[in-house]
Amino acid sequence: MGLPAGHASTLPDNPSAEGPAPARRSHPHSLAEAARRARTGAPAGERTLPVSPALADLLPDGLRRGSTVGVAGPGARSLALTLIAEATATGSWAAVVGDPDLGLAAAAEVGVALARLAVVDLSGPTASRQWGAVVSALVGGLDLVLVAPRRQVRAADARRLAARARERGSVVIRIGDAPWPDRPDLELALGGATWEGPEDGYGRLRCRRAEVVATGRGRNARERRVLLLLPDARGVPSLP
Amino acid sequence: MNSGPRTLVVRCPDWSLTALGVASGEPALVLAAGRVAAASGAARAAGVVRGQRRREAQGRCPEVAVLERDEATEARRFEPVVVALEDVTPWVEVSRPGVCAFGVRGPLRLLGGEAALLARTAEVVEAALDAAVGPAHPGCRLGVADGRFAADLAARAAGAGIAGAVVVPAGGSPAFLAPQPVGVLGRPDLADVLVRLGLTTLGAFAALSATDVVGRFGAEGQAVHRLAAGLDGTPPQVRRPPLDLAVAVDLDPPVDRIDRVAFAARALAEQLHDDLRGRGLACTRVVVEAETEHGERLARCWRDEGVLGASALADRVRWQMEGWLHGPPAIRPTAGLVRLALLPDEVVPATGRQAGFWGGATAADERAARALARVVGLLGEGSVRLPEWRGGRDPADQLVLVPLTGGVGEVGRVDAPPADAPPWPGVLPPPSPAAVHADPPPAELLDGRGRPVRVDGRGVLSAAPAMLRVEEGEKAQVAAWAGPWPVDERWWDPLRRRRRVRLQVVVGDGVARLLVLEAERWRVAATYD
Repeated sequence: MGLPAGHASTLPDNPSAEGPAPARRSHPHSLAEAARRARTGAPAGERTLPVSPALADLLPDGLRRGSTVGVAGPGARSLALTLIAEATATGSWAAVVGDPDLGLAAAAEVGVALARLAVVDLSGPTASRQWGAVVSALVGGLDLVLVAPRRQVRAADARRLAARARERGSVVIRIGDAPWPDRPDLELALGGATWEGPEDGYGRLRCRRAEVVATGRGRNARERRVLLLLPDARGVPSLP
Repeated sequence: MNSGPRTLVVRCPDWSLTALGVASGEPALVLAAGRVAAASGAARAAGVVRGQRRREAQGRCPEVAVLERDEATEARRFEPVVVALEDVTPWVEVSRPGVCAFGVRGPLRLLGGEAALLARTAEVVEAALDAAVGPAHPGCRLGVADGRFAADLAARAAGAGIAGAVVVPAGGSPAFLAPQPVGVLGRPDLADVLVRLGLTTLGAFAALSATDVVGRFGAEGQAVHRLAAGLDGTPPQVRRPPLDLAVAVDLDPPVDRIDRVAFAARALAEQLHDDLRGRGLACTRVVVEAETEHGERLARCWRDEGVLGASALADRVRWQMEGWLHGPPAIRPTAGLVRLALLPDEVVPATGRQAGFWGGATAADERAARALARVVGLLGEGSVRLPEWRGGRDPADQLVLVPLTGGVGEVGRVDAPPADAPPWPGVLPPPSPAAVHADPPPAELLDGRGRPVRVDGRGVLSAAPAMLRVEEGEKAQVAAWAGPWPVDERWWDPLRRRRRVRLQVVVGDGVARLLVLEAERWRVAATYD
């Protein structure tokens, strides 16, 4: 696999060895703060990708580079779009592999920069055999890779993918209920959701009031819940 | 001061149309990414301009023929013209299909004067065009000036053939450039800033002190400033590269299929780009060289005013291969290619691009472009697609996916509605569904007594929906619903008329769906996932 030269990653590989996130990992509030951070090792922006304000309570540090996120069940696509919105708006690229149904209008409303979103079509005859190579190539060059496999992912593929994401500092987001051999670092799901707006023919869909549950491994092991409008009446995920 | 070598530029006007066989009098336009990329004279006269949307262009000129851009054909049809020009001079530089240039000094000695050179060039090019695209082509435009940029503008200003050629006298380039608008520099962002500063002509821009321009706009600004002043655009430290910068690949078994050559070319272009970058260099002119099984050697020089990035290099090589492998039999190689080489002919120190300042590519964009190119190599053309805004009533129409062809920073791709776009009548307001089904599954919508819900001609439901069953799945209780909203599109056109009814339905588990009734059948058009 020919990788572009000069892009060795200096990311921490083992999340559990780092301990809990120090407070300085949040966004800088002043220039002096930003400068101080720049002097003390890698800036926060290099180890995490920013997330939209609605997810600030769930992911106070943002999306840790090199990690794997799983979103499943109803609302999986909305959650995935919410996760990538802020990062794409600040210059990261994202690719969607194997989900031709992803709503682009919704992505634009959520705040995803469509200029930096690529959709990879896996419907070709040989595509399913090359799934591993395709996703691996994307992980090498893009910060965010959304994968929606149609069937069981092989353990070797999953392991290679996770290792490569860690090495390159990309985030792999698994969409949907396809079985994976391992658990992702972070799992997001809707724990109950109600749509507001329509009433027996009157009105229209306005917003979904949903509880988002985050669980995971390592530092994400403690379950966190937050109530969100996913999306609100403008199509944007926000706090109620 | 170095005003650049005296150069002759040959332009084939509207090449993207001519190459597709459009005669000069026909109204026609070429679309790239949904926008007009080129329009014939007749279409322009009717008000079609570049950058217009297809619908707008057709509104101005209803009889216009709409063609899709075909870069492969453009390259293929232009190659014979360049081959013919090799009779005049061996050193022709191609900028892109339709435009090429060469230094005047050498052939001038042979032919004895600029007038004779122009006459010979026009004769050769027109003969080649006759053979390549037929006699209905609009001819060629010739311009001669000191420096390539001025010569190119002279050719743009020229009329057809030898009679219309524009010759800027030696030393006259600064005076020729001075009254030109700053837009001709081809940097819309810079031109925008300059116009707001009151500097509308190249002369006014050139009068600024070079130090100030570098201070504000960096190395790229410096290059443009030199162009505007009629100096050679490439900075003085252009070096002839040492030979070992050339990269080559041996093809075994010999290759004669364009897609396989293109794949090898892309890897080679990336390798060259990475090699150069490792030495802090960037390439402005490259020679593409190929060798066939029968020992034929083909070489062609490509040049760009800016710096050739990895994807631009790969494009040039692909175009060249189109020209050779799919060209007319006279120039087609007689056997498969066994070796492909890229020789950087002119390199400049890479100044590093200021991320985003010019709207250009950032490091992340370049990295993404290479990863996506690799995926295209694995899965084939058209497998990687990017969103483009088209506008429409349905979530599926508002944004469509277009195949990735050039680089990721493709000009002309629009991913959001323009700020001044009027709202679409009948569009569903936000929030939009997060899943739009490419293949909408059929659904059964039943009322409280188990009968199918229908909609009458006036858009009224036969009964309140109570149960929804998608495909062969379980029946689910309808918790809430909104609508129906009838849509009657193209009612004036009996063939393309579409009548539909849309309905939003929330089923028990908190999932909302957009149902569409068309031809008496409900389908799930989208899911509010």
